[in-house]
Amino acid sequence: MGERIGLEVSLAVSEAVKLARVDAVAAYPITPQTHIVEELAQMVADGELDAYYIMVESEHSAMSACCGTAAVGARTFTATASQGLALMHEMLFIASGLRLPIVMAIANRALSAPLSIWGDQSDVMAERDIGWVQMFAETGQEAFDLTLCCFKIAEDPRVILPTIINIDGFTLSHVVEPLELESQEDVDAWLPTYVPVHVLDPAKPTTVGPVGFPEIYTEIRKQQDMALIGSYDVVLEVWESFEKKFGRAYKPVESYRADDAEIIINLIGAIAGTARIAVDRMREEGKKVGLVRTRLWRPYPFEEMRKALGGAKAVAVVDRALSFGGPGGPIASELRSCLYPLDKKPVVASYIAGLGGRDVTIEDFYTIVAETEKVLETGYTDEYKMIGVRE
Amino acid sequence: MAEKSTDFIPRLLPPRELFAEGHRGCQGCGEALALRQVIKVAGPNTIVCSATGCMEIISSPYPETAWRIPWIHVAFENAAAVASGVEAGIKVLQKKGRYPEGKINVIAIGGDGGTADIGLQALSGALERRHNFTYVCTDNEAYMNTGIQRSSSTPWGASTTTSPSGKESIGQNVPKKNLPKIVAAHDIPYLATACPSYPLDLMNKTRKALEVEGPTYLHVLSPCPTGWRHPIDMAVEMGRLAVETGVFPLYEIVNGRLKLDMVMEKREPVIDYLKPQGRFRHLKPEQIEEIQKVVDEYYESLVYRAECDAKAPEANADEW
Amino acid sequence: MPTWKEYPIAATIHEPGSATGQNTGDWRSERPQRDNEKCDKCGICWIFCPDAALFMNEDGFYEVDLYHCKGCGICARECGKEAIIMVEESE
Repeated sequence: MGERIGLEVSLAVSEAVKLARVDAVAAYPITPQTHIVEELAQMVADGELDAYYIMVESEHSAMSACCGTAAVGARTFTATASQGLALMHEMLFIASGLRLPIVMAIANRALSAPLSIWGDQSDVMAERDIGWVQMFAETGQEAFDLTLCCFKIAEDPRVILPTIINIDGFTLSHVVEPLELESQEDVDAWLPTYVPVHVLDPAKPTTVGPVGFPEIYTEIRKQQDMALIGSYDVVLEVWESFEKKFGRAYKPVESYRADDAEIIINLIGAIAGTARIAVDRMREEGKKVGLVRTRLWRPYPFEEMRKALGGAKAVAVVDRALSFGGPGGPIASELRSCLYPLDKKPVVASYIAGLGGRDVTIEDFYTIVAETEKVLETGYTDEYKMIGVRE
Repeated sequence: MAEKSTDFIPRLLPPRELFAEGHRGCQGCGEALALRQVIKVAGPNTIVCSATGCMEIISSPYPETAWRIPWIHVAFENAAAVASGVEAGIKVLQKKGRYPEGKINVIAIGGDGGTADIGLQALSGALERRHNFTYVCTDNEAYMNTGIQRSSSTPWGASTTTSPSGKESIGQNVPKKNLPKIVAAHDIPYLATACPSYPLDLMNKTRKALEVEGPTYLHVLSPCPTGWRHPIDMAVEMGRLAVETGVFPLYEIVNGRLKLDMVMEKREPVIDYLKPQGRFRHLKPEQIEEIQKVVDEYYESLVYRAECDAKAPEANADEW
Repeated sequence: MPTWKEYPIAATIHEPGSATGQNTGDWRSERPQRDNEKCDKCGICWIFCPDAALFMNEDGFYEVDLYHCKGCGICARECGKEAIIMVEESE
């Protein structure tokens, strides 16, 4: 097993990138991702990481340069957040459309305006349709482990899609956590050198990124969609092999005291830690409450979510992002779609909390459960409710 | 060096066509001609990163490709950023023994829109970072592919669909952005202006640009019969007139020193260049005079600059 | 037409120069006609063709690739010996 140390989670992500023997990094600094890229720059400067670090002049160029490096067969990494991710938006669709297995870490941060450097999930929730594999970490160990897994998933010949590992900005990226780093030897044995499936090579010239007329566009999109859907099995495989090699297990959906729960809290990311404490307290008080944390976001784990949540009386979904004037939180609206085909469905109440770095407290979870009990009794009163807003 | 057919023998040039026939460019397209000449020189050990635009659209309608070398199109504004990645990726992979050895030319191609406007940031970044690549701007002076809309490279007085001439308008009412000057401000080792009407000149400059270590830039005037509204057999003639009137001077800047390729003491009057083009048809005599004045001033300033640069102390002007 | 499974991923084109299959010669209304007596085989027509639609035959003359020639007329205009004229495309 690896050495157990206390390390800032951002730096743990950089460690994973180093151990993955990344060939190229093209990144632009933005709070709260900066520690990740600074650490990588230092690693390259000290010769610890044998990679070309392209100090691009914007996030759009970062993703563009990543397309360039990945297209010639380099294992490629970048990181960003918030405005940077938004600036990359056009490129994100292109990277997946061109089937380039880029790995990106996002330190989830609120979007302007007003300007916020603090954490929430609005940046990545605005990018659900980009066709990338997407997962969320809760702890530093997960951040490290899942980053390694992302390379193996992305580069699998059955997938060949870019992949995102999300960590909550500040709440996860900037905390020091105890975690186990693995050795280079062990990682080398588990994660082989990247062998690209398609590559720009004068010996075998290819034309990449052509014009797709209406006669073919749908078929290419279908191909891409099937690759993302099919990546589900690859994700499970990779997590299984990770557990075999390194001893830590990961599933698309994590349930906590949810089997016999009447009200289940569903959320994503680091606030699960607080939620767990709230669940334990409420259980002591006799409430049948549980927690389900979604780890794999794309491809969406439909079956696992139905299994984990279908039997509850109510699900209280806590979103750290909002679709203004729409169906509320992204996690909630996707869950509703997921549960819709069931004959017997739980009430799904959507709560928005933790925007722009606002703390989500144990009291907030009490409020959320209480509100959900009301909905169970008297029915829905709102499409979604914002928690903790001063009114 | 105004080439005459007796001065050089094209049939001694490499016959291989790496930009193949069958592309969907307009009849008589000056930009396709320029690209054909550039790619001919670049050779098979080349990777092209193309911006969205005329050349990209006409050369890559799935399943047809005019490219016989590796080619990637990503988006409109990032040819230089993609080329940065390709160059960096090859460098690191060759070092690690995971990519075939040998020199690979990395060429980024963008039109005037994709370079001077939306692509300026990526170009500047790539030049500043000193990637070893060549940026070729094929300048047809508007967003031709989407229907002849103006760009910052559209010359003063030209009528385009978004800067049309009319009762209250002369058309483009600001001067053409001087892109080579902006590129030169990045202090790169080599940049040049070129025109496919002077193929040997263009191809020699391409060769130099590819051989020089570091970022290099070619600004290639690309006459467009569709957008400039001249007869389809006149693209080469228009390019020649652009050069002979001084509207598009041919020069190189080698390590910061400017060398004029043709020092013309007497230039043809600009009206010879403007007249055959429908986009200038609305211009009045006093406006043409204004253009002549500006062209004269700029050309003379280049002549003066070239003389000064030739005399500069550490002048290595003979290097090439 | 191919099913979604049959396309190369990302619609990458693996056959270099497959554009040669496109009959762009269909576009023209005039075609170049060369007078061998006047032609000095200089190659100017060849280097100025935007479509690479001229090729050197065994005798050293530049023949027109009628499958691809779009009939723009640049070769005729640029020929220093006026050895090329554009004639109406006859059906």
